[in-house]
Amino acid sequence: MRTAILGARVIDPASGLDQVSDLYIDGGKLVATGQAPTGFVADQTLDAQDLIAAPGLVDLSVALREPGYSRKGSIATETLAAAAGGVTSLCCPPFTKPVLDTSAVAELILDRAREAGHTKVFPIGALSKGLAGEQLAELVALRDAGCVAFGNGLDNFRSSRTLRRALEYAATFDLQVIFHSQDFDLAEGGLAHEGPTASFLGLAGIPETAETVALARDLLLVEQSGVRAHFSQITSARGAELIANAQARGLPVTADVALYQLILTDEALIDFSSLYHVQPPLRSPADRDGLREAVKAGVISAIASHHQPHERDAKLAPFAATEPGISSVQLLLPLAMSLVQDGLLDLPTLLARLSSGPATALRLPAGSLRVGGAADIVLFDAQASTVAGEQWYSKGSNCPFLGHCLPGAVRYTLVDGHISYQG
Amino acid sequence: MTPLAAKRPLQLNDQGQLRHFLSLDGLPRALLTEILDTADSFLEVGARAVKKVPLLRGKTVCNVFFENSTRTRTTFELAAQRLSADVISLNVSTSSTSKGETLFDTLRNLEAMAADIFVVRHADSGAAHFIAEHVCPNLAIINGGDGRHAHPTQGMLDMLTIRRHKGDFENLSVAIVGDILHSRVARSNMLALKTLGCPDIRVIAPKTLLPIGLEQSYGVRVFSDANEGLKDVDVVIMLRLQRERMQGGLLPSEGEFYRLFGLTEQRLKLAKPDALVMHPGPINRGVEIESAVADGPQSVILNQVTYGIAIRMAVLSMAMSGQNAQRQLNAEEAN
Repeated sequence: MRTAILGARVIDPASGLDQVSDLYIDGGKLVATGQAPTGFVADQTLDAQDLIAAPGLVDLSVALREPGYSRKGSIATETLAAAAGGVTSLCCPPFTKPVLDTSAVAELILDRAREAGHTKVFPIGALSKGLAGEQLAELVALRDAGCVAFGNGLDNFRSSRTLRRALEYAATFDLQVIFHSQDFDLAEGGLAHEGPTASFLGLAGIPETAETVALARDLLLVEQSGVRAHFSQITSARGAELIANAQARGLPVTADVALYQLILTDEALIDFSSLYHVQPPLRSPADRDGLREAVKAGVISAIASHHQPHERDAKLAPFAATEPGISSVQLLLPLAMSLVQDGLLDLPTLLARLSSGPATALRLPAGSLRVGGAADIVLFDAQASTVAGEQWYSKGSNCPFLGHCLPGAVRYTLVDGHISYQG
Repeated sequence: MTPLAAKRPLQLNDQGQLRHFLSLDGLPRALLTEILDTADSFLEVGARAVKKVPLLRGKTVCNVFFENSTRTRTTFELAAQRLSADVISLNVSTSSTSKGETLFDTLRNLEAMAADIFVVRHADSGAAHFIAEHVCPNLAIINGGDGRHAHPTQGMLDMLTIRRHKGDFENLSVAIVGDILHSRVARSNMLALKTLGCPDIRVIAPKTLLPIGLEQSYGVRVFSDANEGLKDVDVVIMLRLQRERMQGGLLPSEGEFYRLFGLTEQRLKLAKPDALVMHPGPINRGVEIESAVADGPQSVILNQVTYGIAIRMAVLSMAMSGQNAQRQLNAEEAN
């Protein structure tokens, strides 16, 4: 199949390209930009005047809920939702049932993702068996089965010594480790950011130090072990500072932030709406501002959805009894465009944080419009708008943005040159 | 792009009358005063030979307690009975929820029994809000205490106690002492005092028992030295201290807490000579308060219990009347 995309404003942060141009796709690869290759005859042509063509978005954390939690979502529904959000590559975390700590689970996920065919899926393996933080998972076998990195989610290693061993083992084989730094003891029992809002509502607080204390320890262990490290879901301004300091000292660490953390703050909890119950929690306005600055400066090089779909019952209880998480991957592009609309980021920088930044952080073969590379492309209209929820593919409707009018609308998502979503 | 942050006036009907009673947050001063005035008028009912008025005749009040509290449940039962309502009390913590039924299912079942008012007590902050949002709109929800969040009838009975002994709130200094962090009573009291115009609200506790941001949220002054904080106050509200706070590392011992924050006769002398001593009960003698003070002439702890019934009568009757008014308004609009 040969496809020509004509007249788009092509923005490729990886190469710094930003100009009106044409894109030519053949056999799933991007074969040329600007001038059509000799003898190129398109089977289909997409008129992209007034549209922006960018690398397909790369989302570092999308819970697909399969296997084990099909009441919340399936690989088919959540990857379709992702494609509708402009995503062409996504990483799925290991907290499935059974936990993604064996090759069999990784293979099952990859098979089902291939069958669905909406996006590319890169599994994150469990760093420890059952995510229990006690015994290492078979990391090399998991890598061979397709896992691109390893993490333990918010389930901490109770022993720093065991964590150190895990990092050293991973470093031996140049495997990448993803940290969700949160001190279990400091966070225990907490429901919301420890601050005036949680105090007022009588919700047990999770202090900022739950993140920063763990982050400081993790950074020191990364330095000691030499492991490739990515810090996921940074929530605090001070946490972003610690990452910046580490980078300034020459540590090769990267970080991401949940998109909703750049938009919402703990003040959203004031009516006890369980839709805002997330872990780690929404933090203060000062933290949100600090995170935005860190994204702007590139200290945090990736914005992820941290999509967590839930069934209705999971949120139908008093705040403390509800399950944390927001279903948001389907809104990744339009929600992120609100940062451009609000003047926080320019469009190329935003697209960098959504494509080349995350791809580079985990060394994924994605996130650029390189000639000869996979034709993973999003075409969107920056002037149009999306009414969140009007078309909804995710199985989880636990999204506080439903009903909002968001800037930008995804028109086409192409994976390996095939249209996997058309809006 | 901002979230849908508009706060729904869940507790009030379209005419500003009480429909639910979930928290003192957002309720205007006039409404709090109306609750106090109504409670005042109910106080004499308790002194009558036949302690009943017919305001809730034919109505059913259902006390749904997901957390035990004999005292609060009993005063709500008495209040409802004195208003001539039919009353059922359910201790749900040991029945439905232990069988795996969700709170939502439990409520749906109770709703089907056609009660008019639910009095709910629950260990989770925000539970009363959740219930008010999810039950049918004609059912009034009264918060009988939710987690650390609110205990609005206790807050109002404390205000009634203060008003009956001190008159208005505009020249008072009130100190709240003890475990503010875990106390729904403290939060409700601070809100009520602020709304009613009390100019000097003080909280006295060690840092481990203080929530963050009290000054900005409630306009209070924070003291960690009880002797300093109690100086010349008109009212001292002592809070209950749970023994588990020692295990959690929040305090070294009951003895040290008593030595630093306990209300002794000696310490009470720092307050004004006619200062009131209050406590939501049950009292830990020798931990929060010295027996001689709890039983002394300045103590109004037992009056609080009596006033509690009148406050609960006021709130039950006002919420029912607000529900009825809203129902009528809805019917008129539908026609």
